[in-house]
Amino acid sequence: MSRISTSFEKLKMEGRKALIPYITAGDPAPNVTVDLLHGLVAAGADIIELGVPFSDPMADGPVIQLACERALQHNTRLLDVLAMVAEFRTKDALTPIVLMGYLNPIEILGYERFADEAEKAGVDGVLTVDLPPEESDDFNRIMRAHGIDTIYLIAPTTEDERIKYICENGSGYLYYVSVKGVTGSASLNVQAVADKLAHIRKYTDIPLGVGFGIKDAESAKAVSVVADGVIVGSVLVNKIADLVKDHGQIAPQVSAIIKDMRTAMDS
Amino acid sequence: MPINIDLKALSQLPDSKGHFGPYGGRFVSETLMAALQQLEETYEKLWRDPAFQEEFDRDLAHYVGRPSPLYHAQHLSDKVGGAQIYLKREDLNHTGAHKINNTIGQALLAKFTGKPRVIAETGAGQHGVATATVAARLGLECQVYMGAEDVQRQSLNVYRMKLLGAEVIAVESGTRTLKDAMNEAMRDWVTNVDDTFYIIGTAAGPHPYPKLVRDFQCVIGREARQQCLDQIGRLPDALVACVGGGSNAIGLFHPFIEDADVKMFGVEAGGYGIETGQHAAPLSAGSPGILHGNRTYLMSDDAGQIIGTHSVSAGLDYPGVGPEHSYLKDTGRAVYVDATDDEAMDAFRALTRIEGIMPAIESSHAVAYAMKLAKEMDKDQTIVVNLSGRGDKDIHTVAQIDGINI
Repeated sequence: MSRISTSFEKLKMEGRKALIPYITAGDPAPNVTVDLLHGLVAAGADIIELGVPFSDPMADGPVIQLACERALQHNTRLLDVLAMVAEFRTKDALTPIVLMGYLNPIEILGYERFADEAEKAGVDGVLTVDLPPEESDDFNRIMRAHGIDTIYLIAPTTEDERIKYICENGSGYLYYVSVKGVTGSASLNVQAVADKLAHIRKYTDIPLGVGFGIKDAESAKAVSVVADGVIVGSVLVNKIADLVKDHGQIAPQVSAIIKDMRTAMDS
Repeated sequence: MPINIDLKALSQLPDSKGHFGPYGGRFVSETLMAALQQLEETYEKLWRDPAFQEEFDRDLAHYVGRPSPLYHAQHLSDKVGGAQIYLKREDLNHTGAHKINNTIGQALLAKFTGKPRVIAETGAGQHGVATATVAARLGLECQVYMGAEDVQRQSLNVYRMKLLGAEVIAVESGTRTLKDAMNEAMRDWVTNVDDTFYIIGTAAGPHPYPKLVRDFQCVIGREARQQCLDQIGRLPDALVACVGGGSNAIGLFHPFIEDADVKMFGVEAGGYGIETGQHAAPLSAGSPGILHGNRTYLMSDDAGQIIGTHSVSAGLDYPGVGPEHSYLKDTGRAVYVDATDDEAMDAFRALTRIEGIMPAIESSHAVAYAMKLAKEMDKDQTIVVNLSGRGDKDIHTVAQIDGINI
């Protein structure tokens, strides 16, 4: 069983929901990232989505676009991100790491080489925003062969036939995008999310994470009632943006946001 | 020409998933998948509908002013010495470029799908103007995304769009050019997908855009083919067109794909020269990758980040290219070359002074290569150049190069 599945199983037994923070690797500087990962885990993160910086993040709003720009100023490459994961793994053998990003860096490295290096580094899953299951036969096969889960998005616009198709292709968890839009945009409607998740559950037993529009402990708590996992990104990245001149404060202050969410979700 | 593939099969691509060999496809985030599927279904149905075809043809005839002439540039041909150069006069279309062929078609799709709002990305502003034009005519709300750098170098077109009632949004992210405008248009679409039709300006992007833009632009090649038969009694020996995203080129090339003796040359923007790295020539100097919804030749670095491009022409200043061109390159059916900024500007001046035709700087790249090619060919041979747009919009750029403030 993959680290991601184990993590969800354990949470289920404890009657808790997964808290899944997103940060962009190398933002605002490469030497900040690994400490921040450990800080997030200590604050109560169950799984971490680690963003791979890309020059043209089409599905992201301004907050994560700027994070990518900051990381790319230091030339944070996919291989550098894998090195960060490997370093993280020397002190944490349990917390699953999911790489989130766009296909081109993986395409240029080559699927086989990427899967090989990612497995060695200790990556557990990969979520490639611009790779729908229709285009991912080779990708899925190669990632699975290396024990890496392929995580797919489901959107409010996804129709039943595709939900079924995505469920058949996904593993680890499914990422429900709660609003139409880019990351960091509107607030979500919890009731609408609850209805959609109930509908998706007709097709699959894979855990359902919900992201986009979760801004504070209160919304994290509300979503955790209906979902298996709560994914939070832009609010953390915004905090990082506030602290670009004070790197020492990044891990404690960003982790504090996660700690508040954890407390609210577990109460 | 070493072609070992079935040309008929080649001309019938893409396949049902939008693939041209390994290129094309649909690489977008999940939120857009339903909209693209719906667009594909609507398009396939309407494209076969005689009523739609009739309306499209009528608009092309009476609103755009088609067919556009095929003009024998005899003075230029004599001056160059060599093959006879014919110009397919897309510059004479309403709004001054080939772009309107496609926006007429897509606006009809928007109308039939009942979307009240259209968005577009634009580089030189020609596609933005063509979109604003059809939006004005059909009473659609229109917003055009344009890189902040292009807003400056194409200020005339920016004002044209405003006069037509469109809102122009200057995009400050990334390299502030066409690729960033396309990123921003995609972000808008994903947010407003329920009521918005995205009119993509080139034969790139996720399936079905490369196919439908090509189909709308193929009127160029179909006319040119018939005009050659009428005027010179046979098919041309070579076709030449500039390639940014590649919509004018694919529109000219596609109806000739099965005519194995007709050579095709796509001319990319060589910028300061391919060897300097400061260019916009992914087919000449890039490698396959994924950007803006399709797999195609791109300019990206060895870590997969998209590289900034340079061209004197805003319309060619793009790091990718339509996926069909990528496959035409790999199969050898078309050949891709480049013309530098300086070569394009020389051709701009030559055509202006010798024929009294002022080409867009984009199209000047095609003219530049055609002049080179003609010299190597016989006097009884023929080259058709797609004069995809007129140069009025570029007067400021040319004056600036000349050090003149107007």
